Amino acid sequence: MSVDARTPPTDGGHLLEVEGLKVSFRTEDGVVRAVDGVSFAIEPGEVVAIVGESGSGKSVTAMTLMGLTRSPNASFEGRAMFDGRDLVSATDDQLRKVRGAGIAMVFQDPMSSLDPVHRIGKQIVEQIRVHDKSVSKAQALDRAAELMERVGIPRARERLRSYPHEFSGGMRQRVMIAMALSNQPKLLIADEPTTALDVTIQAQILDELRQLRGETGAAIILVTHDLGVVADIADRIVVMYAGRVVEQGTLDEIFYDPQHPYTWGLLGSITRIDRDRSQRLPAIPGLPPSLLRPPEGCHFRPRCPHAFDRCTQVPELKARLADAPDHLDRCWIEPERKRSLRVVGDQIGLASEQAVVS
Amino acid sequence: MSRFVLRRLLSMIAVLLAISILTFLIFTAIPNPALRLAGRFPTPATLAHINHQWGFDRPVYVRYVLIMKLIFTGQIISYSQQVNVVHQIWVYLPVTASLAIGAGIIWLTMGILFGVLSAWRAGRWLDRGLTVLALIGVSMPVFFLGAVMSYYIGFKLGWLPPSDYVPFTQSPWEWFRHLIMPWIALSVLFIGVYSRVLRSTILDTTNDDYVRTARAKGLTERQVMGRHILRNSLIPIVTLFGLDFAAVIGGGAILTETVFNLHGVGQYAAQSVQALDIPPVLVITLFAAFVVVILGAVTDILYAYLDPRIRL
Amino acid sequence: MSEGNGDLVSVAAGASTDGSDAPEGTPLLAVDHLRVLFPIKAGTVVNRKVGYVHAVDDVSFALREGETLGIVGESGCGKTTLIRALVRLVDATDGTIQFRGTDITHANRKDLQPIRREMQMVFQDPQASLNPRKRVNQIIATPLRIRGVPKDRFETETRGLLDKVGLHAEHLNRFPHEFSGGQRQRIGIARALAVEPKLILLDEPVSALDVSIQAQVINLLDELQDDLHLSYVFVAHDLGVVRHVSDRIIVMYLGKLVEISPAEELYTKPIHPYTSALLGAIPIPDPNENRARERRMVTGEPPNPINPPTGCRFHTRCPFATEICKTAEPPLTEYANGHLAACHHPQHVTASEVVNAVRSDASPLTAGDDRPVT
Repeated sequence: MSVDARTPPTDGGHLLEVEGLKVSFRTEDGVVRAVDGVSFAIEPGEVVAIVGESGSGKSVTAMTLMGLTRSPNASFEGRAMFDGRDLVSATDDQLRKVRGAGIAMVFQDPMSSLDPVHRIGKQIVEQIRVHDKSVSKAQALDRAAELMERVGIPRARERLRSYPHEFSGGMRQRVMIAMALSNQPKLLIADEPTTALDVTIQAQILDELRQLRGETGAAIILVTHDLGVVADIADRIVVMYAGRVVEQGTLDEIFYDPQHPYTWGLLGSITRIDRDRSQRLPAIPGLPPSLLRPPEGCHFRPRCPHAFDRCTQVPELKARLADAPDHLDRCWIEPERKRSLRVVGDQIGLASEQAVVS
Repeated sequence: MSRFVLRRLLSMIAVLLAISILTFLIFTAIPNPALRLAGRFPTPATLAHINHQWGFDRPVYVRYVLIMKLIFTGQIISYSQQVNVVHQIWVYLPVTASLAIGAGIIWLTMGILFGVLSAWRAGRWLDRGLTVLALIGVSMPVFFLGAVMSYYIGFKLGWLPPSDYVPFTQSPWEWFRHLIMPWIALSVLFIGVYSRVLRSTILDTTNDDYVRTARAKGLTERQVMGRHILRNSLIPIVTLFGLDFAAVIGGGAILTETVFNLHGVGQYAAQSVQALDIPPVLVITLFAAFVVVILGAVTDILYAYLDPRIRL
Repeated sequence: MSEGNGDLVSVAAGASTDGSDAPEGTPLLAVDHLRVLFPIKAGTVVNRKVGYVHAVDDVSFALREGETLGIVGESGCGKTTLIRALVRLVDATDGTIQFRGTDITHANRKDLQPIRREMQMVFQDPQASLNPRKRVNQIIATPLRIRGVPKDRFETETRGLLDKVGLHAEHLNRFPHEFSGGQRQRIGIARALAVEPKLILLDEPVSALDVSIQAQVINLLDELQDDLHLSYVFVAHDLGVVRHVSDRIIVMYLGKLVEISPAEELYTKPIHPYTSALLGAIPIPDPNENRARERRMVTGEPPNPINPPTGCRFHTRCPFATEICKTAEPPLTEYANGHLAACHHPQHVTASEVVNAVRSDASPLTAGDDRPVT
């Protein structure tokens, strides 16, 4: 489970192993380093949340696993081993066999993620039949109806003939999930699946995902910025900032013993309904850096109130706590000092003098 | 869907009615209508006949009914030419139809082909080349292109006949040879426009979320293009085609017909305008408007069929 | 709540500004039985009105000066329509809106002009609400002109405003697309402040922003409220954010006001089952808390606002619904501490609280007289 620079890469047992993934895009203004050396591993059946804000590279990472970021101006480095094959260097043909079958994806905006001119049943059937031509249309439709029932769509058989615009947002997302599960994927990647939905519908969808994970044994990569959703469903968390993984650990480790100032800031920025309403949120000052010309050394340095001279060197991602070998972070501060630095008022947050807006 | 069709057809009838009234009103602005209609050196008897037939001494609404009756029962006459206008149009229609249908097929297929090629190879040489061609097509006036083709290919080189029309029933091969250049001259503009529109629609659609979903399902690029991208991108082309085609049939190919001396509805209209012969101009105006409205309604219905969101 | 209840008549000091001739104790904003219905037209030959979307269906409340009123609800509850009706972007079908005692429900543009200076709105999408062709100084110049600031003072005023919202002088000449989402929202806030309003209505002002930027903007709104004695009406779907900024919170469901609660009590004492459901659905960013709490999931989807359910609109999804809930619309009952709820079977209230509760005048006109039953 731990990926350390010194451990030789191994394929043993991991469902997915990402090593040193780098994704850059050539643009008019220069090269954008969207993903700058990301490594993590997923075990069968576990839920790993990749957390970060805009520009963190979390969506690019997820989409690269499916090869959806390939384009003439994109370049890739590193590996992503799945089922004995490297997804990063696989050919388009090889990747296509994996997409929608071994690994399936659910996207953020259910309103626009379904083709408006084809019926729902047809779109699900398409996914089934592109991977297994021996399935007849009738059989595929049967399976589609079953899947739709499984995800809680009432009158599933009738609704196979509906068009996407005849469904509500929550229902569309369920259709997307049903479609993604149609070929029994081992890994489901969900990119902000509930962000565009109402909170009660979000709760239903998360419940659905939890149940399905239990029933199918599929692992889930949940890409999100919502730490509440993460706390509800994830086993492990990978925190990304400006293209790099800054912290990785189990759910409890990240929430109760966070080791990176960005994580502190993220936790401090959340408004909690069960806590006393504090005067000011211990927010992170400033803005995420440009990925064209990222800061030297630690990417979080310009916004970190605890930065010191060593931070101009890139910190390694490694375990720095003796009793938590799988809790990795990328920060030079001595672990003993972190416990006191991260408390602001009565909660975890990022201490800062004033809000700085760059 | 059927309610949509019904509603559309009903509104179409309403529009046709409105157009006929509007056209009629425009023509009432002509002073001394009886004299104008009568052509050169009319006899008093002719004038009296015209006055009676067209009801110039009657109230406006009666005149409207009379004129519509004349037109729709095929009795309207051009006095200067001494011919039945509706009959004439009927004679000229096959020419315009041949021109329009042939050109329509060419510009639709070539426009789609070039659009898809341009989008597929966007930014590269093929795309740039096709863009230049498209711009030439759009900028080149049809009468100029027609005249140039007619002169060089038709007259000088003698590869193809420079003008005139041969009915299909007379000789299919000659019919075809006589129409090639007019078809090309007429299509060039539309190919330019359609290929550009399709190119940009495809490029936009490629970035749409549902295309990303299609790729994530494991479809090949070809399948994604055919089933999802094109299926969505062609919808605006269908709309364009419906209206353009209607305009051409209705006499919009005036210039092409004149340059190549094809006796179609357009040329008839041009000649009548030059001769200030009112009945044909009146009838052709109505005819053109009707064709556009009817084909417009058909296009709308087709559009609703293609895009299930538009079934209001 | 407004008339009839004694505990909220006193208005904060420094309430009246120039031009106000409203008596002491007048709420800044008073909404009475407001209804906004949108007609639906359909038909084969002729378009006929076949029904109405009950976007806002008999809502009453009052806002005191210096207060922040939060409005929460999910899509289709009517909160966005409500806030737009308050600034007259949408016309009310019924009921009244009073600003400092003046009825503005159907006021024409001329009469509305001075009021509009006092009420400003900040919108959800910072990208869409700024004119992309105008530079920042031009965007802010328009409200300054409306306020009557002389031209030679524009730049000083603009710099001052930008400074207040945490932007700098170098931002004056830039276009909106050169800024981040959070910065654009700050420009929107600066624009709203330029006319020196007393009340700012915010329609999901932070939903489109990253969580760390949300926190910055929330802090800014807090500061501005203290510095400039502003009142806010804050609409959002994120209950955590609303609770953080608000003094009182209104919960809406399908066009109806189902609960008004002081912010401190909302989490500990949700009276209406929908509020509990909403709170239960929100995942808490704390794994232990999440694991510990027992959450009842609300099933189904929100019903159709064109044909809302009879009686209590929530009865189709409510785990406590009984016969009376299907037939009689519950009145808004006032419990201790200015906490109101419209429910026949209120939760988290003791028997004595129920006995002492009174029917509020803010109850919808169609609501019955039934007393709540625990």
